[in-house]
Parts: sequence; structure tokens; C-alpha cells
Amino acid sequence: MKLTKLLTSAAVALGLATTAMADTTKVGFVYVGPVGDGGWTYEHDKGRQAVEAAFGDKVETTFVESVPEGADAERVITQMALQGADLIFTTSFGYMDPTINVAKKFPKVKFEHATGYKQADNVSVYSARFYEGRAVQGHIAGHMTKTNKIGYIASFPIPEVIRGINSAYIHAQKVNPDVEFSVIWAYTWFDPAKEADAAKALIEQGADVILQHTDSTAPQAAAQAAGNVITFGQASDMGEYAPFPRVSSIIDDWAPYYVARTQAVMDGTWESVSTWDGIGAGMVGIGEISDAVPADVKASALALKESLADGSYHAFTGPLNKQDGSAWLAEGETAADYGDNGLAGLNFYVEGITAEIPN
Amino acid sequence: MDLSAINPVLLIASLMVAATPLLLAAIGELVVERAGVLNLGVEGMMIIGAIAGFAISVETTSPMLGLLAAMVAGAVLSLLFAFLTQFALANQVASGLALTLFGLGLSALMGQSYVGVKPPAMAKLDIPVLSDIPVLGPILFSHDPVLYIGIALTGAVFWFLKKSRGGLILRAVGESHDAAHALGYNVIRVRILAIMFGGACAGLGGAYISLIRVPQWTEGMTAGIGWIALALVVFASWKPWRVLLGAYLFGGINVLQLNLQAAGIAIPVEYLAMSPYLITILVLVIMSADKSGAPASLGRTFHASQ
Repeated sequence: MKLTKLLTSAAVALGLATTAMADTTKVGFVYVGPVGDGGWTYEHDKGRQAVEAAFGDKVETTFVESVPEGADAERVITQMALQGADLIFTTSFGYMDPTINVAKKFPKVKFEHATGYKQADNVSVYSARFYEGRAVQGHIAGHMTKTNKIGYIASFPIPEVIRGINSAYIHAQKVNPDVEFSVIWAYTWFDPAKEADAAKALIEQGADVILQHTDSTAPQAAAQAAGNVITFGQASDMGEYAPFPRVSSIIDDWAPYYVARTQAVMDGTWESVSTWDGIGAGMVGIGEISDAVPADVKASALALKESLADGSYHAFTGPLNKQDGSAWLAEGETAADYGDNGLAGLNFYVEGITAEIPN
Repeated sequence: MDLSAINPVLLIASLMVAATPLLLAAIGELVVERAGVLNLGVEGMMIIGAIAGFAISVETTSPMLGLLAAMVAGAVLSLLFAFLTQFALANQVASGLALTLFGLGLSALMGQSYVGVKPPAMAKLDIPVLSDIPVLGPILFSHDPVLYIGIALTGAVFWFLKKSRGGLILRAVGESHDAAHALGYNVIRVRILAIMFGGACAGLGGAYISLIRVPQWTEGMTAGIGWIALALVVFASWKPWRVLLGAYLFGGINVLQLNLQAAGIAIPVEYLAMSPYLITILVLVIMSADKSGAPASLGRTFHASQ
């Protein structure tokens, strides 16, 4: 008798517990690097923490870090969906197809894929206009370089990275027509030793500005060791290397977006959307420009930032030619987001860059 | 396409730096495998060495103490593997993989307060007159001491395995642990010592990355070098000088391909990026055509009663 009673109350308690659980919204995050990378993943995890801070007990977040892009990602995302996640953020370009595949199997789960271009009824895409930040970097880099050689550590030849190289080059070249870009493709988002080697190779060949589109702070350390090379923080402020070699940075701020999307799931108003915000909306931040930059350069860089933010200037404004010399944008024309030659699928360099994009 | 931008002297000097962590980890693993033990935990021991060395040298402001701590940490972690495989007779492959996972997780935990911290700089061994010699000076005489330790260690391991009595016993244990046991050698003790040596070398290799090559602490910063070290031992047919050659080839071509990219040479980047792996494997496979095989007892569990 007693045992039955015990079991019944246990069952009731369990039932209560499950209903209580159902009230919490489960949000999962898939990261490409470790949360301590000090760059890309670090900022996404700050966004996750902001979601926890905003909703407290009403939300439960989980994350898996250092997930390789490709088949492994599909397994991790599936696992998250099976564990009852309501909303899953997949935070790297290479998770695009895995996200779409898993989303087909779990139509009730909402997915958000960063930096990709494939949408579905339950898959939103979101990205930031990092290239606006690259414009400011290029402007400062063009002014600051003495050797006229700028080194660029790139990760993978995808539109997001190519947009950044083009934008930085256009604005460096605008203030310094003699500037040259050397691009190294590291084929990794995160490998401190390789990034350090790449930075050293660029510095040994005379580059005195290093721009990076990889996630660790290793290139900053390499520049610091060289002594006369400037860098920019990537994805995160990397302020521990300020005021020199790091003279400014691009900061990704995902927190407001993550909080808003989680709220939408709670309210039942979530819809598949495509978000692409820049400096104006606050998704891209420019880290403090340090005193190593002359005051007039700093002022013009901030003016450029303002004009990008209020929309009076577009980072890709004609006249601009493609690398092969054919026309891309006419005088005063700005690049479209989508369509042929649109920014979303950008796969060519602008005129003046001598390197080639690997296919 | 400006090949003159590449300075061959600086190139050789930096390829030696890039090769050193790989060399250290591989030479340690070589000794372990020659004793008949397959320890797949190299990556885990390296990353533990990287954080232990980093933490200690930040706290004490002495890079040397940091390197020492890294060796101790690697050896201590390898003792866990030694206990599992030599006393508990657990499967070596599974234990080694577990060691790597454990090392990666533990290092991330230990390293949380060290992200973004700068370590004290390691003084280079600038030998007054010698390092001023053009060409040879920067290549041979102006590196950090660990780089020389790596080369010296290769020579020492070669001598030990080839010429010393201890090396003969270690090889006997690796070739046939039953025969070595019958001759009265303590198989378990020899193997534990070899495992600890491997752990210390891997730890030192890891600390070389976090203290000298990068230098900073970031989670997961060894990024697979431990696995390359494991492969290198096999492709080098368990011979110390070939490990050295393989490590310098791999490190060298890696640095060279980055330099070629920066110089804008017209070889597709995909080929450049895969070249270190391809060329290293190719060269070592051709060299190992002399049929020198793996130690006969490699990966087999030993128990005196069997």
C-alpha cells in the first residue's frame, strides 16, 4: 500500500516536473571553435549568455563547441533536436547544409544559421555586414602602412571572406594608391600555430599591417613580437593587444538578435527570415581606435563609420571594376545584396588585387 | 609573384621553429612505441603541457620553470595511461583516445583564467660571435634553447636505442615482451618509464607552442599536431633521424607554402595547402622501402601470467 502511494506521488511529481520543463524554452548553440578562442565563438557565446541573462529560468541554453564543419555537425545538430531544443543556432558557414538537412527531419524545431544563404520554412539565416567594418579597417590600414604592403590572413574562399578582402582593399587603395595586398589562405577558422606562422610569413615579406579573418589572437601576438606591425581585432575586441599592435577591431554583437529570436519563439511569433545587419543596426561594432593612430586618421575613420551607419555611404560604391578589368559597378552605383554579382554570392576580387581566389 | 620577397635565411630559421613541437612529441612517442606501447594520447599530453607550462611561467615569470612544469605535467598525465594499460590491462587504443579527450577538456578548464594573458618572453640563445655570421648565424645560432634540445634529444634517443644496454632492453621489450620477461627484465617498469618519457616530451612540445611559437594560451591550440606526430612515427619507420627529417620536412613545407602564398605565386592554393602532408608522406614512404617494420609487440597487452 505504502509503496503504491509512494509510486503514485512520484509519478505526480514527475508529471509536474515535466510540465514545468515544458515552460522553459530550450535553445541550443553549435560552435565552430572553443568558447575561449577570444574571437568569433567567444562573441557567439556572449550572445548565449545574454539570452540566459534576459530570460533567467524561462530559458535553458546548451552549446557544443569545436564542432567540425560537415558530417559531424549534422550528428551534433540532430542530437540537439532530439534532446528537445526549440531553437538551434548554428554559427558557422560550413553548417549550412547540415542545418538544412536536420531541419527537414524536425519541422517543429526552429533553426537559425549564421552567414549562410539557404533558407527554409523553419530555417532563418542571419549575418552581419562585416565588410562595413573592413572598410574602416582598410581606411586606417592604408594610412598607417609605411611599406605599402598589407598582409591578409584569410580562412576559406567563401563570399563572406572575399567581401572582407575587397572592402578592405577598396578603402585602403582609396587613401593610398600604392597599397598592395598579400593574401594567405589558412584553410582553417582556428589554428593558432598556423595563424602565427602565416602572420610571420607575411611580416617577413615586408607587410606592416596584418588583417585577419581567422578567429584566434595568434596573429596579434606575432605582430607584437615583430614590434612595428599593426593589427585589428577580429570578431571580438582583442583589447588585450591594445593600444599596439591592435589599433582597432571589428566586434560582432549577436546578443540583441539572439534575445529577440528567443523571445519570438516564446511568443510563438517566430518566422523564417533573412537578417543582414551592419554598423547601423549595431550588429557590427568598431572597437576603440587606439592612440597609435594619428588623430586626423582616427577622425576620418570615424566619419567613414558614421556614413556607413546612417546609410549615406555604401562600402561598395562604383565606379568599381572586377579583377579582370570588366565593369562591375558604374559611377555612383552601389552593389546589390543578391542576384548576379550580388554581395551574398560574391566570388571575385575587385580590380587592383593581384592574387587569385582559390576555387 | 615576387619570389625575391622570400628571404631564404628567415624561411629556414622559421621552419625550424615550426618543426620543433612536432619533433619533440614524435621523438617521445617513438620511444614509447619502441617499448611496445601505442599511446594515442599525444595530443592530450601536449595540450596539458601547453597550459601547465603557460600557467607556471606566467605565475613565476620564468619560462624555464614553465617548460619544466610542462614536462612534469605531461609525464603525470601519461602515468594515468600507464596505470590503465599496464596495471588495469585496459585496451591501449581506447585508453589513449580517452587520454586525449581528457587532456583537451582538463586544459580548457585549467586555462580559463589565462586567456589573453601574455607570457614572459623566452630569451633567445644569441651566441655573441656566432650569431653574427651572415646566413649561418640566423639559421644555426640564434634560436631559443628548446629548439636545440629537440635536435640533441633526437641524437640522444638514437644513441640510446642503438648503442646502450638500456636501449637494447627497451627494444627487446618492444619486440617480444614474453622473451624479455623470460630473461628477467621487468617489462612493466621499462614500459612505464618509456611512457613517462613520451609524456614529458609531448608536454615540452605543447609548451613550446604556447610559450614560444605562438606565444599565448588559447583552448585547443595544439590543433592536431599530436596526431601528426603519431603518423610521423609510423611513416619514419620508428627511426629517430627519419623523425627529425619528417618533422623538418612537414614544418618546412608548411612555412614555405605560406610564404609562397604571401608572395602570390601562381600555384593553386589547394595544392600548396595539401603539399606538407603529401610530400612528407611520399618521402618517408619511399625511404621506408627497406622493410623496417613496427615493433612486434606494439599495442599488445602484457601480463606476467600469460
